[in-house]
Amino acid sequence: MRPFSYTRAETLGDAMAALAANPTARLLAGGTNLIDLMKYDVERPAAIVDINRLPLKEIEELPDGSIRIGALVSNATVAHHPAVTERYPLLCSAILAGASPQLRNAATTGGNLLQRTRCYYFYDPSTPCNKREPGSGCGAIGGVNRIHAILGASEHCIATHPSDMCVALAALAAIVEVEGPDGRRDIPFSDFHRLPDDHPERDNTMRHGEIITAVRLEGNHFAGHHSYLKLRDRLSYAFALVSVAAALDVKNGMIVDMRIALGGVAHKPWRDSLAEAEFAGQPATEETFAALADRLLAGAEGQGDNDFKIPMARKAIVRALKQAAAGTPQVQSDKQIR
Amino acid sequence: MDIATAHAQPKTRVALTINGHRHDLEIHPWVTLLDLLRGPSLQLSGTKKGCDHGQCGACTVLIDGERINSCLKLAVTLDGTNVTTIEGLGTPDDMHPVQKAFVEHDAYQCGYCTPGQVCSAVALLREGHGRSREEIREMMSGNLCRCGAYTNIADAIQDVMDQEVKVGMREAAE
Amino acid sequence: MLNEKNVFGSPLPRIDGPLKVTGTAPYAAEYHDPGMLFGHAFYATVASGRIASIDTSKAEAYPGVVKVYTHKNRPALASSDDAWKDEVALPGHPFRPLENDRILYDGQPIALVIAETFEAARDAADLIRVDYAADAPHTDIEVEQAKSYVPPEPRKEDFLPTDPRGDAEAAYDAAPFKIDAEYVQEGEHHNPMELFGTSVIRSEDGTLTVYDKTQGSQNSHDLVCGVFGLKPEQVRVVNAYVGGAFGSGLRPKHQLIFAVMASLDLKRSVRVEMSRREMFYLTWRPATVQRMQVAADADGRLMSVRHHAVQATSLYEDYQENVVNWSGLTYKCDNVRLSYELAKTTMSTPGDMRAPGAATGFLALESAIDELAYEVGMDPLELRGKNFVTYDQNDDLQLTSKALDLCYREGAERFGWDKRSHEPGSMRDGQDLVGWGVATGVWEATLSPAEAKVRLFPDGKITVSAAASDIGTGTYTILAQIAAQNLGQTIDRVSVLIGDSSLPKTAVEGGSWTAASSGSAVQAGCLEIKKTLLSLAQKMDNSPLKGAAVEDLAIRDNRLVLDRNDQLGLAIADILGSNEMSSVEGHGKVEPDQEQAKKYISYTHSAVFVEVRIDAELGVPRVTRVVSAIAAGKIINPKTARSQILGGVVMGLGMALHEEGMIDHRTGRIMNHNLAEYHVPAHADIHDIDVIFVEEEDDKASPIGVKGLGEIGIVGVGAAVANAIFHATGTRHRHFPITIDKIMEGLPGQ
Repeated sequence: MRPFSYTRAETLGDAMAALAANPTARLLAGGTNLIDLMKYDVERPAAIVDINRLPLKEIEELPDGSIRIGALVSNATVAHHPAVTERYPLLCSAILAGASPQLRNAATTGGNLLQRTRCYYFYDPSTPCNKREPGSGCGAIGGVNRIHAILGASEHCIATHPSDMCVALAALAAIVEVEGPDGRRDIPFSDFHRLPDDHPERDNTMRHGEIITAVRLEGNHFAGHHSYLKLRDRLSYAFALVSVAAALDVKNGMIVDMRIALGGVAHKPWRDSLAEAEFAGQPATEETFAALADRLLAGAEGQGDNDFKIPMARKAIVRALKQAAAGTPQVQSDKQIR
Repeated sequence: MDIATAHAQPKTRVALTINGHRHDLEIHPWVTLLDLLRGPSLQLSGTKKGCDHGQCGACTVLIDGERINSCLKLAVTLDGTNVTTIEGLGTPDDMHPVQKAFVEHDAYQCGYCTPGQVCSAVALLREGHGRSREEIREMMSGNLCRCGAYTNIADAIQDVMDQEVKVGMREAAE
Repeated sequence: MLNEKNVFGSPLPRIDGPLKVTGTAPYAAEYHDPGMLFGHAFYATVASGRIASIDTSKAEAYPGVVKVYTHKNRPALASSDDAWKDEVALPGHPFRPLENDRILYDGQPIALVIAETFEAARDAADLIRVDYAADAPHTDIEVEQAKSYVPPEPRKEDFLPTDPRGDAEAAYDAAPFKIDAEYVQEGEHHNPMELFGTSVIRSEDGTLTVYDKTQGSQNSHDLVCGVFGLKPEQVRVVNAYVGGAFGSGLRPKHQLIFAVMASLDLKRSVRVEMSRREMFYLTWRPATVQRMQVAADADGRLMSVRHHAVQATSLYEDYQENVVNWSGLTYKCDNVRLSYELAKTTMSTPGDMRAPGAATGFLALESAIDELAYEVGMDPLELRGKNFVTYDQNDDLQLTSKALDLCYREGAERFGWDKRSHEPGSMRDGQDLVGWGVATGVWEATLSPAEAKVRLFPDGKITVSAAASDIGTGTYTILAQIAAQNLGQTIDRVSVLIGDSSLPKTAVEGGSWTAASSGSAVQAGCLEIKKTLLSLAQKMDNSPLKGAAVEDLAIRDNRLVLDRNDQLGLAIADILGSNEMSSVEGHGKVEPDQEQAKKYISYTHSAVFVEVRIDAELGVPRVTRVVSAIAAGKIINPKTARSQILGGVVMGLGMALHEEGMIDHRTGRIMNHNLAEYHVPAHADIHDIDVIFVEEEDDKASPIGVKGLGEIGIVGVGAAVANAIFHATGTRHRHFPITIDKIMEGLPGQ
C-alpha cells in the first residue's frame, strides 16, 4: 500500500473540494474494493477522502412510487429494506447473490457501482494490463481468461464488471444521481458503465470531481415476474461466471414489457434495449426466450478458456426468463435452480 | 504525495470503543482495523488474519453490532464506533452461547477461522434472516473453513437458534 | 463420575475448545515482545532465470524500515545440502532463501524487508524494483511429461513402484472387458486458514524462543540449529496451536529462516508473516497425469491392472508420492504393472497434501474401476466386492485388520445403494439429474517413533507432555483421554503440554500417525507409572498389593487397586507420601515393531458414497449426500474422529469440483493466487455428511489399537464424485477439477 493523506469529509461540499484539490484523490466509503486493491498495490491514491459521514444514508420512498437509495446505504440495508423488497425484489435478490453478509454490510450502493474488475491480470501489478497501466498490453488475451468477457470486449481489454447488484440495476433502468463541480446530473444506468474500447482504464462515465449521491429506481417494478440467476464456480461467495437479471410484464401469456441484463460477460452489465423491444408482444414461451438469447448473444466471442460462457449464457437467459415468467424467482439460499 | 510527506503528516486521532473499553488512539491512516487489533498496542489477536482481502471471513468483527471484515476497514474511518471482537463475546470460563455450542458440536478443528465464524454466527442470529438450514449455510458462506467443519458449524448455530426459540416461547407463555 | 470405560471411546468435546472459540489460543504470529520488528518478503515475478539487478534503495529509505535483505547482503548461513535437509527433506537440493541470484520458480522470495511496523514492511516491499534475465517457464504438466524420468533417488523405498507380477500386458490383451484411460489433475494448494508465520522472541542472553507455524517443532528446531550453527539449547520452537496445515507445514518454510536470520542479525525480536498470495508459492499438490489400463472377465474379476503416473516436481528437488502402489493392493489381481515418473517444472517443490499419493492415485484407480464396471455391465459396488482381497498382494504381507467389507455393507445400507438404478441418467428428479457414485479408499496405518512423559500427582491430576502437534486433529484431547483412561481419572484432571521442541521427541505431525504413535507413547508412560507405583506399594508395610502383577491393577478414585477387587489397594497419595514423593513420572516410548513388520502391514480403509444433483440444462453440481464409512481400528473420540473425516470429505469435494491453481503457462505464473478465485468449498457447497466408523478390532496396528484418521477421509472422494457425475449425466470426466463448464458441456443432449 502506498502512503496517502487522509481527510474526513463532513459535507458533500467538503468532499467535492477535496477532490477538486487533488486530481489523484479517491473517495473512500465501504472500502471493500478500494482497500483490497490498495493492498495489492493496484490502486495508489495519494489522498483518501473519507465520505462515510456524508448524509447519503437514507432510502427515500418518493410519492410517485419510486425509491431513492442514498449512495452510502449499505448493500445489506438495501437488500433487506421492506419497501425495496416489496417494489424491487429483483434488486434485493441480486444483492443477496453477491459477496458475503460481511461484505454486503460494509459495501455501499455507490461503491458497488464503482467496483473494479476481478481480472487476474488487473489484480497483479507484475503483469501487463491496459486498465491498470494504459499501454502496457492485456495479459488476459491469450492468457488465463476463464472469467473474462464474451461481449463488447476490445483488443485492449477483455475484463468484466464483477457486480451482481449492478446487473439488476441495469435491468431496472435505474438512474444514477451524481453531483460535481458543474452541478447535479442524472445518468441513466445504461450510460453509467462503459465498454473498454481504447480506454479500458475508464470504467464509467463519471468525471473527476463527481460524487454519486444516490441511485433512483422508478417506473415498472417487475415485482411479479423477475429472477436473478447466477452461475459460478462454487455455490456461494464467488463472482459470477454468468448471471442474468430477468424481468417481465406478462399479460395473457404475451410479453408486454421486458428487461434482461447479463453479468459476468462484459465490461459493463450487458443490456440491449433494442432486442428487448423487438420481443415485446411475443408469447412468453421458451421458444421466444431462446430466440431472444440468440439475439443477445449474436456478437458473442470467446477468448479460449471462457468459450463455455456463450452456451452457458444462452441457457441461463432462457432459464431466468422461464423463472420470471412463472413468477418463481430464484431464491439465493436455494442452490437448486427451480 | 511523496512517502516522507505522507509519513510526516500528523497521525489521526481516533476514539474506538472496543469490547466496552474506550481507546483514544493516534494512528496512521493506512492501518486497518485488523492490524490495529492484532498489533502490539492492543494485542487482541483473537481476530484472525486469513487473507487480508475480504475473501475468507477470519477477521470478522462486529462494528456497531454488524459483522464486517476488519481487514478492509481503515481504523481511522471508524472513529466513534463500537467494535466487538471475539474477546468481547465471552471468555473460556464464561462463554457466549454460540461459543458453547461450537465446543459442543466440534464446530472447528484447527480453530483459526473460529473467532470469525463465531462473530459471524452471533450476527446471523441477530439479523434474523437465516432460519432454515439452507439459509444458515448461505448466510455463513462468508466464512471459509479449510478444515471442513461446516456441517458442525451449522449444527451449532441451529442448536442456539432452537434454544432461543424455546426461550422465546417460554417468555411468551409467561 | 466417568469410569475409565467411558473416557476412551467417548465423544468428549475438545479440551482446547474453550480457548479456540474465545480467540485466546495463540497462533505463531500472535506472540508479542516490546520492540519487535516485522518482516515482509518480496517475491520473484518470473518463473526462471536470474536477477540481473535489484534496487532496494527506495524500500530502505521508507520510514521505519530497518533493513532490506537480498542475496547480496544475506548473512552467511550454512551452505551444505545436509544442513538444510529437514526431517522430511527430499532428494535434491533444499531451497535456501536469498542464496544467490537464481530464480527457480515464480513467487520465489528474493528479498526481505524488516521494519519497525508491519505496515512499513508491507508497504516498503512494494518499492523494490528488479530486473530479471528471465528464461522460459515450464509449468504445463501435459507438455513437460514428454521429458519425464524415473527419479534417480527414491524418496522412500516404499514409494518405489512395486515389482510387476504376472503378465499384465498379455492378461489385458486377452481380457474381454477393458479400460484404457488417462486422468489429468491440476495442481492444488493447501491454503490452511492461518498464514505461515514465525515470531522469534529474543531474550537478553541471546537465546531464541521461536513460535513457528509448523507440523513439527523439533523439525524446525533442528533445521534452525543446523542452518544458523546454534546449539540446541539456544533455540526453543513452539507450535502450541497450528491453524491448519494439511501437509504444508511438514517442512519448515522460509519465513522461519527469515525471522531467525533477522533476529540474530539485528539482535531484536522479529515476526515474519506471509500474505495469502505467498501461500500459493510455498508448495502444492502436484499436477499429475495418470494412465490406467484395467481389464476384467465377464464376472467382473480383475485380470490386469496397469497404472502409470507422471507428477510435476521442481527444478531443485525430486518430490515423490506413492501414487501407483495402491493399484496393486486395493483389489485382488495377479497381473499388475505399476510405474511412476517425474517431470521437472519451474514451480516450487510440491509437498504432501492430505493423503499425498493416495488422494491422487485413487482418483484414477477408482474412476477406472467404475468405468470397468460399466464396461462389464455390473454394479460398481458389486465389482469392488468381487475383487476383495484379504492380504497385501504387493508385498505379500498379512493385514493387521481389514473391515473394508463392513464399510461397503454399512455404507451402502445407510446410503440406500440398493435403490440405485444402473443406467446413467436414469435417476432424474425434476430438473435434477441425480447420480450416485462410490469409491474405495486406502491409507497406510503407520507408527512413527514417539516419546511422551506422563506425571501423576497425589490428587489425581495428570500432566502429559510430548513435542507432538495438534493441527486441528484433536491431539490435545485424545492424549488426555488416553492418560485419563489408563490412570483412572476423568479428562478434566489432565493437562496436556504439546507443541514444544523441548518436550519428549516426536516425529512431525503427518501421515495420520500421531494418534497411534503419541497415543501409544502416552499409554506406555501410564504403564510405567503403574509399575513404579506398584513397586513402591509393594515395599510398604502390609501392602495389600504384594504379589500383584501390573496387569492386575487399575487406578480408581485415586487408589491403586486390584482390578477384580478394588477393595484391595492403596491411596496413591499414601504410596507417594510414604516414599516422600510429590508425584510420579512415566516416560513412554514406542517404535515400530520390526519383527511384526516382516509379516504384517496395516492400512485404514474406506468406502465413500456420493450423491450429486446436476441441473439438467445448466450443469450446476450440488453434492447433496455423502456417506463415508471408515475402518480405522479403535476410535478414541468419535466426535473429533468424525471431524477428521468430515474435513477429508470436504477437501475431497474441493479437489473434485473446484480447486486448481490456474497457471499462465506463457509466464509460469499462478494467476488465481487468492481465496476469491482459488475456490475452496464454501459453507453453501457442503450439505450434511454422514460418517460411519465400522467395528474393527486390531491388536497390531498400534499398541492402543488406533490406526489414524487424518488422511483416509479424502481418499476416494474425488473419484466417487466423478463416478456420481457419470451416473447422473452419462459423461465420464477425466480432467480434474470437474468445473461447472465441463459438466455443462457433458450434459445429455449437448
